[in-house]
Order: sequence, then structure tokens, then C-alpha cells
Amino acid sequence: MEYGFTTAAYVVAAVLFILSLGGLSGQESAKRAVWYGIVSMGLAVFATIIGPGSGLWFLSLVLIAAGGSIGYVVAQRVQMTEMPQLVAAMHSLVGLAAVFVGLNAHIELGRVLAMDDTAKKALEGFAALLAKKDGVEIAILRVELFLGIFIGAITFTGSVVAYGKLAGKVTSAAEKLPGGHMLNASAAAISVLCLIWYFNTGGFLPLFVMTLAALFIGYHLIMGIGGADMPVVVSMLNSYSGWAAAAIGFSLGNDLLIVVGALVGSSGAILSYIMCKAMNRSFVSVILGGFGETTGPAMEIEGEMVPTDANTVAAQLEDANSIIIVPGYGMAVAQAQQSVSELTRRLRAKGKTVRFGIHPVAGRLPGHMNVLLAEAKVPYDIVMEMDEINDDFPETDVVMIIGSNDIVNPAAQDDPNSPIAGMPVLEVWKAKSVIISKRGQGTGYSGIENPLFFKENSRMLYGDAKASLDQLLGQIS
Amino acid sequence: MRIGTPKEIFEGETRVAMTPSSALELQKLGFECLIEKGAGDASRFSDQDYKDAGVKIVASAAALYKEADIVAKVRPPEDIEVKRLRKGQTLISFFYPAQNEKLMTAANKKGAHVIAMDMVPRISRAQKMDALSSMANIAGYRAVMEAGNNFGRFFTGQITAAGKVPPAKVLVVGAGVAGLAAIGAAQSLGAMVYAFDVRPEVAEQIESMGAEFVFLEFEEEQTDGAETGGYAAPSSPEFREKQLEKFRELAPDMDIVITTALIPGRDAPKLWLEDMVQAMKPGSVVVDLAAERGGNCDLTVMDEKVISDNGVTVIGYTDFPARMAAQSSTLYSTNIRHMMTDLTPEKDGQINHDMEDDVIRGATITHDGAITFPPPPPKIQAIAAKPKETAPELTPEEIRAQEVADFKAQTKQQVTLLAVGAALLLGVGLVAPASFMQHFIVFVLAVFVGFQVIWGVAHSLHTPLMAVTNAISSIIILGALMQIGSGSFLVILLAGLSVFMAGINIFGGFLVTRRMLAMFQKS
Repeated sequence: MEYGFTTAAYVVAAVLFILSLGGLSGQESAKRAVWYGIVSMGLAVFATIIGPGSGLWFLSLVLIAAGGSIGYVVAQRVQMTEMPQLVAAMHSLVGLAAVFVGLNAHIELGRVLAMDDTAKKALEGFAALLAKKDGVEIAILRVELFLGIFIGAITFTGSVVAYGKLAGKVTSAAEKLPGGHMLNASAAAISVLCLIWYFNTGGFLPLFVMTLAALFIGYHLIMGIGGADMPVVVSMLNSYSGWAAAAIGFSLGNDLLIVVGALVGSSGAILSYIMCKAMNRSFVSVILGGFGETTGPAMEIEGEMVPTDANTVAAQLEDANSIIIVPGYGMAVAQAQQSVSELTRRLRAKGKTVRFGIHPVAGRLPGHMNVLLAEAKVPYDIVMEMDEINDDFPETDVVMIIGSNDIVNPAAQDDPNSPIAGMPVLEVWKAKSVIISKRGQGTGYSGIENPLFFKENSRMLYGDAKASLDQLLGQIS
Repeated sequence: MRIGTPKEIFEGETRVAMTPSSALELQKLGFECLIEKGAGDASRFSDQDYKDAGVKIVASAAALYKEADIVAKVRPPEDIEVKRLRKGQTLISFFYPAQNEKLMTAANKKGAHVIAMDMVPRISRAQKMDALSSMANIAGYRAVMEAGNNFGRFFTGQITAAGKVPPAKVLVVGAGVAGLAAIGAAQSLGAMVYAFDVRPEVAEQIESMGAEFVFLEFEEEQTDGAETGGYAAPSSPEFREKQLEKFRELAPDMDIVITTALIPGRDAPKLWLEDMVQAMKPGSVVVDLAAERGGNCDLTVMDEKVISDNGVTVIGYTDFPARMAAQSSTLYSTNIRHMMTDLTPEKDGQINHDMEDDVIRGATITHDGAITFPPPPPKIQAIAAKPKETAPELTPEEIRAQEVADFKAQTKQQVTLLAVGAALLLGVGLVAPASFMQHFIVFVLAVFVGFQVIWGVAHSLHTPLMAVTNAISSIIILGALMQIGSGSFLVILLAGLSVFMAGINIFGGFLVTRRMLAMFQKS
């Protein structure tokens, strides 16, 4: 098939990809946007298979089909609460694929360079493309594939660790090997040295050393970041996988790869930036791991936690006119979203105003809570963002906090020594009464004491969120 | 100093300005308390009670005026009482100086300082001495009681074995303190309460008492009640027409109408006209709390209860607080006591008549032989917080200047960014070959597009966005597809693996996104 056709198909695919991302601005247009994405991906793959430079199309199709069926099964089976893990796991696949493709490019380059001119002319496909390159271009190519492998390797191990943390297989607390950031820095330095080495020699060894170093950086970097920062990490890895694709696109001279990689890369970067802003932390401090050092003793907390029971809470809800529910990761862990939805439905049927207040970093993935609530059929027009709802708390009768902690911590505003000082939080304590559904008296993910629980208008409803809510549902018809 | 309270001589007045308990508090301020013999009888405070509280009983009013340095009473002084005042004496009572100018001049000639309890400014700090409010509260409650007394049915709806009783429908016109108290009382008796007020900002207060605000659709710039000291301002003739029309519509349904509409310094507006009374069902009741100022209802006769031709009772009593003398006296005497507390900051029994104090200045109408009414506007204005001030209006020149400055700053920033970017690009262009630059341009443009597009994505869709970008990032499959056809076994193996993994990603990512998006639904 003509080279022109492939390019044309790429242009169409690129436009569709842009529309696909742009369409996510609204719930309704997003449904259309996914189709754009699917069609453009199909088009891109089709055009590449029939286009120049590829072969073994049958094997390719078989492999795609095999991978696709696994993807299909996983996508059908995955629980909505497991979405963060799934996304992280998928990122690791992209990272690994980028490493492989980069290695391939290196192998091919070595093979082609070893040939003489006549053999070069006989080449076809990707190798033919390589053969046409002159000295400077080859040097650039080396840098490009080096970068592609580097980013891909970081993405791979980083995503695997992120997956482990999100799935609870690795401890979610921030952990660092002795040496801390020095280890990362020296690994990065080694990589830079390898780049110079590889640039000059083109040997496999520097590439290999660099890959190992990058794999280590990915592992150590993400290990050092606590669970509460996972939303940023996931979107950051997402961004990395995009940049890796773009770098590979450069080395293969494929414009669509470049375009799409750049799109994904920049979108992930912006998403990370938005999250960091929501937590009032600089991107660097999130990436360098953990919460910043506290600058002084935390404020003394006065009062005590007053427990309550389902009967009392039910009566409180019956009396209330306006209710705001603030869900957090605890709701996801307890799989309580269906019970929350049922509670909402019943309260709304009684003519009460029930709304949801969602903090930008609630959960372990950007927008995590929205997805869970949507799964449980909570209408999205009563699900509000922090900025939309924060002013309404003083007029609210009852706030129900289900498994969230740091995002409703008044210390962020009151205590300049708090590790989360300055982070925007939902000002739930301004409501007339606050009910906190929580497993026990322990602290949240970040390990910070929450003065909210000790306030006079706060009542603690201890127990698993789902069990508590089901008990509550028994009291409210 | 000595503070004395005479017996009220106004016909039918049962209240008294000092109670045994307020006397105890006044003594704590350092005052000696006097009371005329039998002053508390009508409100069930016996002379013995006063004696027990350490109050000196004085045999006659004349003697009391002679002995006391401060006279506290309820009603404005009668002529004979004014005559008894002397120079330097302080009189505290209701006075209504705007209507009783002669009386005020007379009191001033006598050289007395007069503090009018009805002139206490309506600011938060002065609420504790706002006797108008405390009396209005009683009037509102009592109005409902009077209405119930003359109304032949239950307030609350009931379904009994003997049949169904509909709830009484009560309309309260004017939601000031009295109106709100009436709403509360009628509401707690179980009636369906509707309320109307010309000040739209009180709708919230009405609804907070559980009544329904009668909404009037009218396009007019309403004066904010806060500007007129919390009272209603006179409305335009068009507005009045619209208002009467609404009342006419409501009249046949209403069982009880309580009108409390007053405009400061004017006769009460006529709001419940004769034809509305005619439209009401026999047995209905109209209670006119504005009777003293002419009444809101056409049929109102001051101080009397009349029954219209169609059997509607119209009550025009003006002595609602006096009908609950013990309660009214308790509250009024507390108001007086708070006033005294403000007048004696040292608690030494000596009055410090501080004319710089907003509250004292506002309530004082004669001082040191000069008439000090009307008072200047109080320094602290707010009763209710005003709606948020919009940013101070800038003149067009200022706006223009600001725009230009903003534009300049923006341009500067953008140009710097572009210059740096362009320099970098040019730098790259100097070394890199043309084939690389082509790709590089594409890359830069794509990054740019990505930045532009993602800002608009809804927050709630961030998870689907991640899933979609994840699926899209498996575009890396193209690279693998391009390599799979050429070269060694190792290349084919690695490329094949990549294709396989990317395949998982493409299908998994898109399907999961679709699943998520399908769940989002509107209520």
C-alpha cells in the first residue's frame, strides 16, 4: 500500500485522538469521545499493518487478538474499586513495551550498520528506514531511543510498585532505602554517563546498565511516595508512558506516535499539576516522596471522640433537611458505594436535599469517588466539587463522612505546623453536626491526627463503612 | 442615685417599669430603688414583694418624683407627670417624640433629661434594651391568642371519629418582630401560616419560622430594609395595587388575618380593605396590631372588637402587651435595667450620660436643656449584614489603564516565553538535521494541543481520562508493528511481546472507560 495512504490515515487518527481527549469535558460528550478513541486506534493499527515497514501481519493480528481478549476479560471483571490498580498495571505494560521497542531499534541499528551498502539496499521495512540515515541522524536516533528506554523503564517499575501499593500487596507507607534521594541521584548520574558512553560507542552495555539504573529509579521513586499521594503518582506515570511513546516515535520516525505520545504526556502532566494544586503542594515535593518534615509540634487537640450509634444517626438524618455526604477511600475499601446510593435514594425520596462533596484527591485515583458513585447509580448532578460546595456547609444540617480523613482535616487551616497545612480541605466542621463513619480510632493514610473528630459537633460511628450503612438503612425506610 | 417607678396612670395600663427582680439587679449597679405604693398591683407584684427586694415604698406619685433622681416608667408621661419633673432629673419611658413634640418641649423646659425607650437604635448591641421588640413579641403572641379566642374552630387539622377538621389558615401581613412572633405562635398551634412582607429579604426569616412566604411578582428596586433601620419603607402606588390584588385573591381562603404593617412616623397603611373583609368566611377573625396608628384594616376601630355584616370579627385592641402584664413587665423592666447598666459603666450608682455612645445618644431626646431629637444616624449601621459589596466601581479610565497594564504584562510574559522557546528551537535547528526538525515541530504542536485540550476536562471525569489516555498510550504498538517484520528472531520476539501487551492495553483501557462512562447518569 502507498506510503501516502498511511500518512493520511495517521492524520485522521491524530485528529480523532485529539477530539477523543477533548470530548471528556462533559459526561455526555465523553461517551462519544471514547468511540473516537477506539476508531482512531483501529485506524492507526490498520494503516500501520498495511503500510510500509511492517511485515508478519498475520502474527501481529493473532497477537493483538490474544492480548485483546485478555484485556477484554480483565475489563469486564474488574471491580470499580480496583480501578486504580488496573490503570497502574496497564501503565506498566506500556512502559515495558516501550523498553522492548527501544531495544529492538538498537538491535536493528547495530545490524544495519554492520552491513555493506549492497546489503543495505536489499533491506526493507524498518531496517530500510534506518539504512537511509546519515551520521548525525544516527547520533540523534541513539539519543532518542536511549530516552525512550529510560522513560519506559522508569514507567515500568514505577507502575508495578504503584500497582502493588494500590492493591495492598506492598506497604503503602513511604519507604526509602538508606541513602534516600542520593540513590536516585546517583542512578540518574549513571544514566547520564551511559548516555554519553552510548552516544560515542553505540554498544549494548551502556544501554543495559542504563536500563537497570532506570528500573531502579522507577522502583525507588514510587516506593518513597505515600499512599495519599497515589493519585498524583498514577497520573504522573500516565504522563511518563506518553513521553516514552513520543521518544520512541522520534526514533522510529513515526509522526502519529509522536503526536499521540505528546498528547498523553502533556495531559498526564497537567492532571498531575491540577492534583498537586488541589493539595497545595509543589509537584517536586510530591515526587521526592512523602510529606514534608513537620516544622514544629502539632497543635494540642482538646476534647474527646464521642461515639454514636445507628439509631441516633438515623434520627439525626430524619430531622435534617440538607445533608452532605463526603466519601473517601474508606468507602471504596468497604465497597459501601451501593449502600451509600441506597441511603441517598431513600433520603431524597423523603424530600431532603442530599449532595456529595468530593475533594479533588479523594480516593487513590483522580476522580475515583465520582466513578464509584456513578457505578452505584448516584446521579452526577448531585455530586459536587470542593469549590462548588464548600460555602454551603454552614447551612447544612448533617454531614456524613464515610471513610475520608485528611481531606476534611481542619488542621490544614488551623495548624501551621501540620504536615498538610495550607492544603484546601472540605470545611465540614462548619455544618451543624458531623457524623464520621470510621473503622477505629486510628489516624488516616498520612498518619496525622484529625482534630475534626474531637470537635463538639462531631460524632463517631465506628465500624466498617458498609456494615454501618446497612445498619442505618435498616432504620430508615 | 435613686431610681423610682410611679404607678402608671394611663387608663388600662397594667404594666410596671420595675419588678422585684429587676430592682435587685439595679441595686447591684449601686442604685437605690423606690416604687409608688400599689404600682405593681396590676401585674401581680405586691408591695410586699418589692419590700422584700429592698425597694422603698413611696406613698404618692408626687413624693416619688420629688425623691427620685431617675424616673422609669412605661407610658409617655401625662401632662401632670411632666409638671412634676425637675431640672437634672432623668426620665426613662416610651415617648414617641415624633408624635409627642409638645410633650417633649414641655419636658425640656423643665430641664429633665429624657431617654425614650422607643428610640433605642436597632443595632445588635442594643437588642437587650430594645423594648419595642420585646413588646412586639408579646403583641404578636397575644394577637394569635385573641384570634383563637374569637375563632370558632381548631387551629390544627384533625381527623377524628366525629369527622375531619381542616386546619385554620392564618395570614400574617408584615413580618417584623410582632409578625414573626405571630407566625411562630400560630404555627405551633398547628395552623397553616402564610406571611407577607414588602421587604423581600425577610422571606428567609418567614420560612425559617415554618410559614410560607407569599411571593409577589413585582419588578421594582426594593429598598433594603437595613437602610431604613430594619423597618419597611413606603411603597409605590403600583406596588400597593399589586399587593392588594394578591390579598384579594387570598382573602376568601383565610380564616385568620393578623396585620402588623407599620411604617415609622406615618399612619398605618390600609392593606385589608372592606371588600376583603366581605370576601372572608363568616366566623373569620382579623386582628389589627396597627390599630393605634389608624389600623391596617378599613373596619378597625381602635381599642374595640367589631363584627362586620358578614360575621367577621375585627379586633383593634392596642393594649396587647398590657393584657399580659406580668410577662410584659418582666421583659420591659429587664430592658430598662440593661439601659441603666449602659448608663452606669462604673456600677457606682452614678449616671454617666455619655452622648458619644450610639445607643444612649440615639435614645436621648432631651439633654441638659436642649432637644436632641432626631439623633444623628448611628455610627455602626448594620443590623443585618448587607449583601456583599461589589468591588468598588472603577472609573472607565482606571479600567482602561488596568486593562492596558494587564495586557502589557501578559504580552511581556508571552513574548518572553515565545522568545526563549524560539531560541531553543533555533538552537536545536542549528545542529539537528531537517528530518529531525520535521518530527520535532509535530511534537511541539502536539504537546501544545494536549495542554489546551486537557484544561477543559471535567474533574469528575479524571478517572475515565486516565483510562482513555492509558488506552491511547498503547499507540506504542505502532512501533512494535513496524519492527516485527524485519530483522532477527530476537527483534521479532520482543516486538511480538510488545504487540501482545499493547493489545491488552488497548482493549482493556477502552472497555473499562466505556464501562465507567455508561454509569454516569443524571437524576
